[in-house]
Amino acid sequence: MEEIKTHDKKTHSYGIYVLVWLTLVALTGLTAAVAGINFGKFSILVAILIAVVKSYLVLTEFMHLKSEERVFRVFALVALLFIVISLTLLFSDYSSYVR
Amino acid sequence: MSTQEQAVVHEHRDDIRSRMGMWLFLFSELLLFGGLFFMYSVYRYTHQQDFSIASKEMNTFLGTLNTVILLTSSLTMVLAIVAMQKGKRILSIFYQLVTIAFGLTFMVNKVIEWTHEFKEGNFPGSEVLSSRPPGQILYFGLYYSMVGLHGLHVLVGMTVIGFMTVYTIRNKITPENYVKLEAAGLYWHLVDIIWIFLFPLFYLIT
Repeated sequence: MEEIKTHDKKTHSYGIYVLVWLTLVALTGLTAAVAGINFGKFSILVAILIAVVKSYLVLTEFMHLKSEERVFRVFALVALLFIVISLTLLFSDYSSYVR
Repeated sequence: MSTQEQAVVHEHRDDIRSRMGMWLFLFSELLLFGGLFFMYSVYRYTHQQDFSIASKEMNTFLGTLNTVILLTSSLTMVLAIVAMQKGKRILSIFYQLVTIAFGLTFMVNKVIEWTHEFKEGNFPGSEVLSSRPPGQILYFGLYYSMVGLHGLHVLVGMTVIGFMTVYTIRNKITPENYVKLEAAGLYWHLVDIIWIFLFPLFYLIT
């Protein structure tokens, strides 16, 4: 029951982490490379999108959200949801801002 | 670990809840940095031109290098935990020390960057910066406070990992009980994630 799970022993291998790290470095190269290209309004979007993908990889693989109990993922999602709500409210306010 | 062993030593531990405690702390960190990120996004929106001009002055090469350094340090941190899980204590200590070394390299690069900015007179309250348009003053104000606070977190992270290394040497962290090392790792990865966002916001988007 519970007590077996509390002293969990997961078996991880080095390989998967090296692979994740390579992906992260490749994404860093990509975001730095496309920074020179002018996507207009989408420049910010592209940079943020790549940052989100990188964070997702760090959260799920390095921080083990993937293999943790479900409640960890629920907590993380709730935190994320509140960031989205705050940003939405913030910019619904500032979208009427005139310079 | 087996249930049998627990029954013998009566060890009261709950690794999952220990990690949950660390995660709850990380969420409080999210509030701290989240507010700053919101402030950044509003000022970027209201002062687009000035932010564009100011961000072009950033050293993109050093920024990219520091991103790779921090990502690699996250890898060595996670490898320190894997090594511990596999019972290789010495290898784990090695990876922990490498992680601290990467953190130190990151900070050295930061010192180089900031020294350069200070020489140019671009520091809060300076005459050079004060004479610039309001948006650019805001940009550098946010740059120093957000990157500075992140740098502080890197220093704290290095100190925490340093303690973990001492614990490992003193056998307080063992292949059977390494939840402290995992918690330190979680903190270090969060610091990495914050930088993943700071990097494009201050160095790349112009």
